[in-house]
Amino acid sequence: MAAKVLNYIPRDSFIHRLSGTTKLIIFLSFSFLCGLSFDTRVLLVLLGLSILGFVLSKIKLSEIRVMSTFLVVFITLNFILLFIFSPEYGCEMYGSRTVLFHLIGKYYVTREQLFYQFNVALKYVIGFPIAILFVSTTNPSEFAASLSSLGIPYRISYSVSLALRYIPDIQSDYHEISQSQEARGVALGKDVRLFERIGNAVKILMPLVLTSLNRIDEISNSMQLRSFGKKKTRTWYVKKKMTAADFGVIAFCIIMFTVGLIITNQGGSNIYNPFVR
Amino acid sequence: MKNDSVKKVVATGIGAALFFVLARFVAIPSGIPNTNIALQYGIQTVFAVLYGPVVGGLSGFIGHVLTDMSWGGVWWSWAFGTLVYGVIVGLGANKINIKSGNFGKKEIITLAIYECIANIVAWPIVAAVGDVVIYKEPFKLVLAQLAVAAVADFACAMIVGGLLLFGYSKTIAKTGSLDKE
Repeated sequence: MAAKVLNYIPRDSFIHRLSGTTKLIIFLSFSFLCGLSFDTRVLLVLLGLSILGFVLSKIKLSEIRVMSTFLVVFITLNFILLFIFSPEYGCEMYGSRTVLFHLIGKYYVTREQLFYQFNVALKYVIGFPIAILFVSTTNPSEFAASLSSLGIPYRISYSVSLALRYIPDIQSDYHEISQSQEARGVALGKDVRLFERIGNAVKILMPLVLTSLNRIDEISNSMQLRSFGKKKTRTWYVKKKMTAADFGVIAFCIIMFTVGLIITNQGGSNIYNPFVR
Repeated sequence: MKNDSVKKVVATGIGAALFFVLARFVAIPSGIPNTNIALQYGIQTVFAVLYGPVVGGLSGFIGHVLTDMSWGGVWWSWAFGTLVYGVIVGLGANKINIKSGNFGKKEIITLAIYECIANIVAWPIVAAVGDVVIYKEPFKLVLAQLAVAAVADFACAMIVGGLLLFGYSKTIAKTGSLDKE
């Protein structure tokens, strides 16, 4: 069982050469602007930029097939649920109603609703290349260093790097425990009754929790022996130097973020309304 | 005191790793299609009770964000829900002195009360406000999703977390547990 945590794909590209800090800034500025804005024009520009970044990173589509399948399923499900629960929400939001055709019962397909759902789907799609870009071009060891250079206390950054370091270990622990419990007849499949299933899950989790607690004692003892937490700052083993390209990209992100917010909030709300005459 | 703070850093990391592994790789079907039993909140409960609100909140938050990232796309409103959930359960931890080895009726009731508050605040309040404000999803849909999430998480965290804590308390020798023969 190969434990690939965050699917880092090493390669030589413009994006890979940027420092982790820069990539974290790209990730945060894109996902916050995408979260705050409901302006279709801003969202479309963001989509273009994130696809451009994806192309620059030289990551192939075939390498992220699992994640893209998940995204397509998720967006489709969300699209259908949105329509079933509130077919008139788009009309309320945009303050007008243009019926395209009648579907069934109280369900009318309106142009406003379609436009609204298009915007929601757009938001999910934008987040995707950016998250993939960040995850697959940033070395996990560099992750903690970039967090702390953004001003996050190094204890928290260190927790993140510990988590990334121990995920494969805990995964293989879980695998071992669940197999040895299965050999004793503890099953989690669909043919077991629900309550029994939960009880069986606890039988697997109990040893996992106890070994993890032992592990916490071990690690914290050895960190203390090495004087962790003695000083106010610390240096990181893997940390890239900032280059001119890094500063350029960061400046671009800041400008994009501010301009995006200004355009979004122009009309007093964060919605772009093409239906107003 | 110093030892305690190093331990909290490590516990946050390991707790996040456990959260990630359970959320990402362990799927136990609940019987309802596309819905799995969320074991990770049981683990988060254990860490919140053992190490307090900071570890409880952060370990869940880091675990949640890493899990979302591995799927491509962080759902911030739910991630903050996880954070709030862990902090509230952790606040109750002061009332449950698990390290003394006692986990009886009184402790279970305390845990249930805090779980209840935590689930109500984290999902129908924090996450719902986030979904409606940030993603502009209709309130009805969000409420339906989050009500299901809150009830399922409450049941799961209570049963799984409670059983784990009970098991853990049995591994600790109680004070005055020696008998004279």
